[in-house]
Amino acid sequence: MKARVKFALWVAVLYVAALGAAAALGVVLGAGQPAEDREALLRMLAERAPALVFVAAFLLFVCIGAVKWLFARYVTAVRALAEQTRVVVEANQALRVSTEGAREVAEAAAAINRLAEAHHALRRDFEQRTRESGAQLGEERNRLAALMSELSEGVLVCNAEGRILLYNEQARALFGAGRGTAAAALVGLGRSVFTLVDRDQIAHAMEKLQTLVDAGELPPITRFVAATAAGRLLRVRAAPFVDSGGAAAGVVLALEDVTGLLGQEATRRKLLQALAADARAPVANIRAAAENLASFPDMATERRARFVDIVASESQVLTRTLNEALRDYADALKANLRLEDMRVLDLLGVARQRIEATLGVATRLVDVDEALWVRVDSFAFVQALAFLGARLRDDFGVRALSLSARSDGKLIELDLGWTGANVVNDALSAWESVPMQIGPEASPLSVRDVLDRHGGEVWVKAAGAGEASFRFLIPAAEVAPAPLRAPAAPTESRPEYYDFDLFRSSGTATAQQERKLVEITYTAFDTETTGLEPSAGDEIISIGAVRIVNGRMLKNEVFEQLVDPRRPLNRESTRIHGIEARALEGQPAIEQVLPLFHRFCEDTVLVGHNAAFDMRFLELKEASAGIRFAQPVLDTLLLSAAVHPAHQDHRLESIAERLGVRLIGRHTALGDALLTGEIFLKLIPLLAERGVITLRQALQASRETYYARLQY
Amino acid sequence: MARKVLIADDEQNIVISLEFLLKREGFEVLVAADGEAALQMIAEHHPDLVLLDVMMPKRNGYEVCQRMRERPDWRGIKIIMLSAKGRDVEVSKGVSLGADLYVTKPFSNAELVAQINALLAAA
Repeated sequence: MKARVKFALWVAVLYVAALGAAAALGVVLGAGQPAEDREALLRMLAERAPALVFVAAFLLFVCIGAVKWLFARYVTAVRALAEQTRVVVEANQALRVSTEGAREVAEAAAAINRLAEAHHALRRDFEQRTRESGAQLGEERNRLAALMSELSEGVLVCNAEGRILLYNEQARALFGAGRGTAAAALVGLGRSVFTLVDRDQIAHAMEKLQTLVDAGELPPITRFVAATAAGRLLRVRAAPFVDSGGAAAGVVLALEDVTGLLGQEATRRKLLQALAADARAPVANIRAAAENLASFPDMATERRARFVDIVASESQVLTRTLNEALRDYADALKANLRLEDMRVLDLLGVARQRIEATLGVATRLVDVDEALWVRVDSFAFVQALAFLGARLRDDFGVRALSLSARSDGKLIELDLGWTGANVVNDALSAWESVPMQIGPEASPLSVRDVLDRHGGEVWVKAAGAGEASFRFLIPAAEVAPAPLRAPAAPTESRPEYYDFDLFRSSGTATAQQERKLVEITYTAFDTETTGLEPSAGDEIISIGAVRIVNGRMLKNEVFEQLVDPRRPLNRESTRIHGIEARALEGQPAIEQVLPLFHRFCEDTVLVGHNAAFDMRFLELKEASAGIRFAQPVLDTLLLSAAVHPAHQDHRLESIAERLGVRLIGRHTALGDALLTGEIFLKLIPLLAERGVITLRQALQASRETYYARLQY
Repeated sequence: MARKVLIADDEQNIVISLEFLLKREGFEVLVAADGEAALQMIAEHHPDLVLLDVMMPKRNGYEVCQRMRERPDWRGIKIIMLSAKGRDVEVSKGVSLGADLYVTKPFSNAELVAQINALLAAA
């Protein structure tokens, strides 16, 4: 029953009882009297009617006063007691309840406080023991963290879905570059690695690793080169890790910046190729003409003049060729070179899997030398093999392919063979030059591009008896790297350093709305603005945000960016946020900042305090920034009101005090975002106690609070 | 009787030199400026040897070479591929497709003549 209704009912009951008692007294007094006396009494009462009405009204006030006194001392006080007790149990163990109610209620409060004290002590003891038992684990983790930070390589550890479980600062630095904290923040716990490294490349590496694991290779490691968004080239070493059950659980990526290295190699190679291709012809022409001039001094004058002319004009062509080659390629640092040394056997293994899985064509390995290594962009090369396989299947009905490889030391001969179909070089020439397409999968490259990248060639080789093959010729790896045979560490011992358990369940395909609040990844955020009215031209001047993953606020995964509002600041707002106009000069405009923020909070639920206000600012800029914030938004103001309906004050400071959250760095966007995040984490168990477990329930509860009906 | 040599190359400046050189060496010289023309000339004149440039319009040198080796009656015709592309893979491709010799530009006139004579003498 609502408090107000209960109050009214109590007053009504008391009042009716008092009036009833007066009326009954009158009836009892009148019953024994003679008729004239009764009439005299009634007359007397009628004459004094105004006084009686006054007495009745006075009685009502007395009733209300009495009920109010009782209510405050017993009902309200007990309710407040219950609410405070809930806070003690769920959020702030150190809080003690207090009451202004009756002595009995105060006694109950004292009893509750004694219970809270005992509970708190028990809890402290329990935590102490947990800490002790966790200390060793923590130490091991610290050792790992120290080890990781000592490495010169960047390290990323991802689960099978590509979510980052662990990273070090070097990895962040490698993917950062340029846009400051915002870009570096894309490396973060729970974030997708696919926003950093091409999804196909990782999938390809996983396939390769599976091949190695199946082959019993120890340790199974594969390498590839990936380009970052900032244009760096990273050499990536990938190794699988297994969970305690021995199943593949994810992949460890070790990253090394090779931008300079490969860039130089590419430039050198291109320069040489350009010179070889373009300079040989004019030199040949000059040489042939000059040798004729020298060998046959008796030739006719016009013919001599013709040869001299050739020498002169071809010298000019050669000069031009050399200059162009030097100009065009001196600064050509193209990021498309992904050649890595790889065992031919592994390459063909991956190719077989790929061809069988995507084409449904049977394959077999014939006569492959295990010791062969090749320098190859395995992803592109396997794609080329699969593409030619697809063409053979579709145009010539080839249903079985063989793969073989041998070498004369410098070059690798790799044959993709078939039986029965008469395929001529013309068909190959046509297939070579079109962009590769295998089913729905399209590549911008042609087989010719892939071969050029490898410095390779291909032609049709007939072997007689209806057997034929595509003969690929590609350079062997310069140094066949000795396979690493590290002392085989027991695989079970590896994962215990990592705290990966939290991420095991992230693969569940529960609809987002039905996900539990404790499991969701959030971005707690706040904005500072020039004023309160976005529709009247007020602008955002600062955005701060922090990620919350698995119930933990990640204080080093933050977003903090000042924004040039392109309008003057007024003095009152500067008093609140303390940002001077000078600090905003030269900062990026909101159209540049919002896409970065959008990326930062991708796939998360937004959490803000009085979020409707911030969201209006963001939404007004969505069109001009070319993005949309479509994710759900939770508001700590509304959630606090849902948890503590009796409290009227839901300002950030007040909630913080109520929940025992320390106030630091107020009124900077990041400071408020951190505060909001911490408060939100405290609210989750309080919500759970009220049956608000899932995101859908939290949104529902927010809508139902009084504050939600206010319009901003 | 003079031996017949076909020069198949689209670059005038090398054709002039080769034509002059080979005529001086006593060969009967034919010239074709693209792959199609080369195959036609071979069919009409049945030369003893073809100097085949790799980069030619219509049909490149590899294709002409392969066509020639598909015809049994042309088996005896010697093929020297001339190319500005001198990488190992290209040389291997030329030889695999049936060229007798793959000469990388630039080359020495005297050596080329010696190689032509050697090939024709072996026939």
